Amino acid sequence: MKEPTKTTVKRPNLVVEIAGIQLRNPVMPASGTFGYGEEYAPFLDLEKIGAIVTKGLSLKPKAGNPTPRIAETISGMLNAIGLQNVGIDAFIKHKMPFLRTVNTPVIANFFGNTLEEYGEVARRLNDIPEIAGAELNISCPNVKQGGIVFGTDPRAASEVVTLVRKHLQKPLIVKLTPNVTDITVVARAVEEAGADAISCINTITGMSVDVHTRKPRIANRTGGLSGPAIRPIAVRMVHQVVQTVAVPVIGIGGIVRPMDALEFLIVGAKAVQVGTANFVDPTAMMTIIEGIEEFCIEEGIDDIHQLIGSLKL
Amino acid sequence: MKNYRTKIISNQEISPGYFRMKILAPGFGENAHPGQFIMFRVQRSLPPLLRRPFGIFRTGFLPADCDGLPPKEFVEIVYKVVGRGTTIMAELHEGDRVELLGPLGNGFDCKSCQGGKILVGGGIGLVSLYMLAGELVANGCSVRLLMGGRSRDDIFAVTEFERLGVETYVSTDDGSLGEEGLVTQVLLRKLQKFPGAEVFACGPMPMLRAVHDICVANKTPLQVSLEESMACGVGACLGCVVKGAGHTEENPSYLCTCKVGPVFKSQYLDWTSLGQDDSNCRGCA
Repeated sequence: MKEPTKTTVKRPNLVVEIAGIQLRNPVMPASGTFGYGEEYAPFLDLEKIGAIVTKGLSLKPKAGNPTPRIAETISGMLNAIGLQNVGIDAFIKHKMPFLRTVNTPVIANFFGNTLEEYGEVARRLNDIPEIAGAELNISCPNVKQGGIVFGTDPRAASEVVTLVRKHLQKPLIVKLTPNVTDITVVARAVEEAGADAISCINTITGMSVDVHTRKPRIANRTGGLSGPAIRPIAVRMVHQVVQTVAVPVIGIGGIVRPMDALEFLIVGAKAVQVGTANFVDPTAMMTIIEGIEEFCIEEGIDDIHQLIGSLKL
Repeated sequence: MKNYRTKIISNQEISPGYFRMKILAPGFGENAHPGQFIMFRVQRSLPPLLRRPFGIFRTGFLPADCDGLPPKEFVEIVYKVVGRGTTIMAELHEGDRVELLGPLGNGFDCKSCQGGKILVGGGIGLVSLYMLAGELVANGCSVRLLMGGRSRDDIFAVTEFERLGVETYVSTDDGSLGEEGLVTQVLLRKLQKFPGAEVFACGPMPMLRAVHDICVANKTPLQVSLEESMACGVGACLGCVVKGAGHTEENPSYLCTCKVGPVFKSQYLDWTSLGQDDSNCRGCA
């Protein structure tokens, strides 16, 4: 950026609102790639990102899958972590004290092994005033219970969202899986069941084999593919969902550079989540936020809303 | 720990397939402990996507230039070319821009100086022992280093270790350098001679397992440095976990190699499971 331009041009307004949660900008981490926030505090200013999204929380602590759990693939990675997390009680006791000191909305991602557990975690989240909203995970491809069982069947999805909605007085974001024939069917179902916003996509089920040992490269056999490799699929699906539902959509999938985030905003995502890129570069979200701002200045955009959904067809 | 956007000072092949890379890193040394590691970004463009973990060989300062500027601080790693990432690294030159994150993880506990110290390094595992040897010698310990490899190509930095004041013993599987045979047979002899010694080991998993068994049989304390494939290096991805001692299906214990380790006291690990996935091709997308 040239110095004279920066001083004379007004900084664009990047503030967006998702389901009543005001974000200073539309960039937040994807659940499971940012720990509980504290892990990344040494590398970036947590008060500069739009929100903090926690690792998926369950009623009881969860140990996760056997190892190896990750494998790099071309422009992507497969993971089958298996929703390892400290559990809601330990989260409140050990992770919330730090998060309370950060002036950034916290979105708690959560899941249950059973329908009842989904409801119970939702109830517990209500009791934490500093949690701005909840992201319901019905899309993890790597565990038998919890997640994808609910996310691939519109009726089951509707059922779990209806139940959680009953117990949760906070804004509710529902995270969808791409591992379905038509994502718009599930999107419509969760909107009708009371979701305030939709985030998509979770990882795409994939597999990779070590040709020398002839074994799958991760112990779970299959894993979720993330990273730049999946971005065009994610952009397509976000576009489809935006066309289908009225609630705001958060775009996720392979965002590494500012222009990747812009693609999602242009097709109509009101905000974006950055996942695998946090592993590649712990300061990635800062670069993306600064890049979005610069793009707006260059294009003469003074409010990010002028960009959101501005796709020309 | 910090993310350094920096450049390479030098990158040289020191033995067939083994390279030493010095990277400019102001302020790195004062926070670095023996046994810690860095996450290295091979190049700005993708792929390869993920950073690669490397043990820190040493930190130091370049001789001051005659321009009166303060001496430049560096971190040095030694790596073996095994896959795509390291193949690209081997082509890098002085001045090339790279990124590194570090120092990361928990290193060796080297405060106690009771009895002698025996360091066991296999191949590239020797890297993590250099700073440890230096610190132990500085603390007044008597240090013996057992260096093992398949052949002479896998043994490096012998003179540098010796300059620290360490007694070195080399063994190779093919006998091309030092004694012919496994490093663990040397360890057995040394433990008989120095029964009160503490052992530190870094190397391939079969070697670590054998060292662990020997130390258990001899009631000798052991610290091991593990190598696992990882995505983030900071405890977020949970991809590099190993099972802790007492791990069961009902009461599981997974420890992050990057955050709790990479150095563990060996009694805290579940050795029945360690290395079972050793066939996993590391980072070779």
